[in-house]
Amino acid sequence: MLFAVIVNRMAMALLTLAGVAVVVFVLLRVVPGDPVAMMISPGASAADIAALKAHYGLDAPLFTQFGIWIRGVVVGDFGTSITLHLYVTEVLASRLPATVELAILALLVAVILGGSIAVAGTLMRRTAGEAAIDGLNSVMLAVPDFIWALALVLVFAVALPVLPLTGRIDPSLAEGFATRFYLAESVLTGRFADAGNILSHMAMPTLALALPLAAVIVRLLKQSLKEAMLQDYVLLARIKGFGELRLVLQEALRNAVGPTLALTGVQFTFLIGGTVIVERIFAYPGIGNLAIDAVINRDFPLIQGLVLLFGLIFILINIGVDLTVAALNPRLRHA
Amino acid sequence: MEHWSPAATIEAEPRPPSVASRLLRDPKVVCAGGFILVLIVLALGAPLIAPMDPLAQNLLLATVPPAGFADAEPGYLLGTDGLGRDVLSRVIFGTQVSLTVAFVAAGLACLIGSLLGLLAGFLGGWVEALISRLVDVWMAFPPVLLSILLVAVLGTGLHSVIAAIVVIDWTRFCRVVRTETMGQAQMDYVIAARTIGFSRPTILFREILPNVVPVLIALLTLEMGIAVVVEAILSFVGLSVSSDTPTWGGMIAEGRQIVHEGWWVLAAPLAALFATVVAFNQLGDGLARSLDPVLRR
Amino acid sequence: MSTPRLQIDGLSAISLRDGDRPILRRVSLAVGVGEVHGVVGESGAGKSTIAKAILGIVPSQVKLTGGRIAFEGRDLLSLSRAELRALLGRDIALVPQDPSTALNPSRRIDAQLTDGLRLKRGLSAKDARRRARALLEEVQIRDPERVLVSYPHQLSGGMRQRVLIAAAFGLEPKLVIADEPTTALDVTVQKQILRLIRSLQERHGTSVLFVSHDLGVVAKICDRLSVLYMGRVMEQGATADVLNAPQHAYTRALLAANPRYDRPETGLEPTPPEVIAALRAEIAAFDARAREAPHG
Repeated sequence: MLFAVIVNRMAMALLTLAGVAVVVFVLLRVVPGDPVAMMISPGASAADIAALKAHYGLDAPLFTQFGIWIRGVVVGDFGTSITLHLYVTEVLASRLPATVELAILALLVAVILGGSIAVAGTLMRRTAGEAAIDGLNSVMLAVPDFIWALALVLVFAVALPVLPLTGRIDPSLAEGFATRFYLAESVLTGRFADAGNILSHMAMPTLALALPLAAVIVRLLKQSLKEAMLQDYVLLARIKGFGELRLVLQEALRNAVGPTLALTGVQFTFLIGGTVIVERIFAYPGIGNLAIDAVINRDFPLIQGLVLLFGLIFILINIGVDLTVAALNPRLRHA
Repeated sequence: MEHWSPAATIEAEPRPPSVASRLLRDPKVVCAGGFILVLIVLALGAPLIAPMDPLAQNLLLATVPPAGFADAEPGYLLGTDGLGRDVLSRVIFGTQVSLTVAFVAAGLACLIGSLLGLLAGFLGGWVEALISRLVDVWMAFPPVLLSILLVAVLGTGLHSVIAAIVVIDWTRFCRVVRTETMGQAQMDYVIAARTIGFSRPTILFREILPNVVPVLIALLTLEMGIAVVVEAILSFVGLSVSSDTPTWGGMIAEGRQIVHEGWWVLAAPLAALFATVVAFNQLGDGLARSLDPVLRR
Repeated sequence: MSTPRLQIDGLSAISLRDGDRPILRRVSLAVGVGEVHGVVGESGAGKSTIAKAILGIVPSQVKLTGGRIAFEGRDLLSLSRAELRALLGRDIALVPQDPSTALNPSRRIDAQLTDGLRLKRGLSAKDARRRARALLEEVQIRDPERVLVSYPHQLSGGMRQRVLIAAAFGLEPKLVIADEPTTALDVTVQKQILRLIRSLQERHGTSVLFVSHDLGVVAKICDRLSVLYMGRVMEQGATADVLNAPQHAYTRALLAANPRYDRPETGLEPTPPEVIAALRAEIAAFDARAREAPHG
């Protein structure tokens, strides 16, 4: 039964991706501005421009161009980046790990931070403490990652200059890695000094991305926890002699996670979207930063590849969330 | 089992307070609304209110700190930027772009999204299916990326920024309105109206719409906050209006570059942006709570 | 008579939401060692409030205005939260009313049975599980292993109630409060559950405070009864005495209103209005006395 749902979702996902691909493809080519215009030097003749266009296959009719691209995509060839002169797949593969590490770290921070505050708020329910948390959280819900990122820049550039403001790792340390997953690799191979260096670079972008998500988690989880705490089984556990914290963690939490998870998943996709601007602000070498350059330079193949990649990530996250919610609900598992 | 004596009279229920009075009693709504009014005043009266010409450069007075700090210059309350322009005046003029985008872009997104949502919710069938599929595909794009893409493609300028915001965020309104409409369409009063013989458009606009409006207003206010941020991001990346016109995002971009030499160039517009976003958000929250009887706690 | 396990003296409570309407009016009762004491009354009489007062879970809109609840001599109402928590689960336990909501839907039965054992007895995981299985056998569950690895939604109502009874009696408490434990069950299952509670109670010498609105149920299991009407104990005594030779008009009315399945020729009798008026007068008189001498 679950299998059928997954297959159905994947089919829908592919359809959506196809739609996305078509829209982007068409959009890029029908409106003014193309990569050639970005690349030509002043004084180039019309013949030069035409030759350049032909070189990149931009002179063929729209349908043909699309056909060529789709044929490439099916075999895994997403074309060549016009600005970087590398295969799009190579470029994406080299930049994706940085963003993956950033997003996952931000998710972890958001869950731990948001979860702890939600539990604390539940323990303090109907007191001034909870009101304070609600008030602060209400403001934090309004602030997007963009503003957090810049506020952090302000604090750590001027007041506390202890963290590096750009990049992912000290350039001198960047050589000794087999994969592009610098953080994971350094931790798994025991190079904790390197890991520390990477974390100091990642601290601010991670925080900027995590705080909006944490605020959402606090609101959702606290609400669900409070509702769960009103249930009869919590009352019975209290009569068994368990203390408040134990009740929240042992009885209420697992029933509160489900509803929170679905919306957190959606928020996580917003987090991924946020990497575009946050990476830019911190000059962090991930796919977000890459995307902005690609768009400004009208690098069509790269843009198309990026949009598909982002679309795929979003869809995978949505499917992942649905599966997790189903897995956590015992009623659905043993249906 | 209560002591219910037949002699007890049924007390008349007190009249519920009107929407306006409820709103005015919420301190958050009053503060937020007041702040936005101040912004509107600043935007409309910028040429009269701002102390200096926002475009006037004075390279001799570049990166001068704000009043109260060492080396400050009188007359430049918030200091100057890298080209000697008055930060305060630029922030004040920046409200013009931000608020224009907020009201126009959010308004249009609301209009278009709501219309489509109403149609989808009320007509159902293939119309609903088509619009829903469209919304799903649309929402698979990362919003920031899409907005940058659109503006890069449409060319810089206020109109493309507004267009980009509308194109991205209409889905938000469409979804909510569609769900609301579908829910309302099942309600008894709609069925009653149909049996009496009212035509569909009449029902749509006279019966269903007024019930959808409260949610819409709250969402619209929130959307204005989002629009302001998107505009700031776009001008940060250099894709908004021309670099002459002062925008908060543009100032933030410059401030980011020279954060070590002149932190106030980043701090002032960032603070303005922060306050504006929070204000729209609190207003929207307050409206949602006052107008929607379910949410009122 | 030796010191009763539970002694309630003059317990009073009011409802803050309802303009201080009295919920309990100087309730006094005693439950001896190994005794099953029934608290009977219609809904709203205040039975649940007595149970909640003992367990320390009185809702915020109810205020206890007087009296003491002595458990083995210690006044529960004067204990700190920590001291009360130490007693709960180990010396005092609850069999709840609704088995469909009293079990955590997301936790397995073995987890819900062993957590109390490990908390209060310090048993290891293995020992606790072995004890849990033994408990399930004691409540006559034929396939304890299967039930242990199940989730609540996979069990029937009767099974769930047996699990809850096992959990309540599992720590061999001195007092079990049974709050309408058969109300949510089928009539056919009710009898089995009652017999089960009785046998467990006899085997372990547990005192039971049995709250119910059903005279028929109470007749089967209780040694002594307290009949409650509008928060006031109208009659109290050995079950046989109260049911066969009721002294108070309310008790008589209650008995008359109960369908007698063994004597179908007797119909249901509505309570005559004079009786209701007399009852109201009695309550009003009590309230008047209470107002004049609040601590008398």
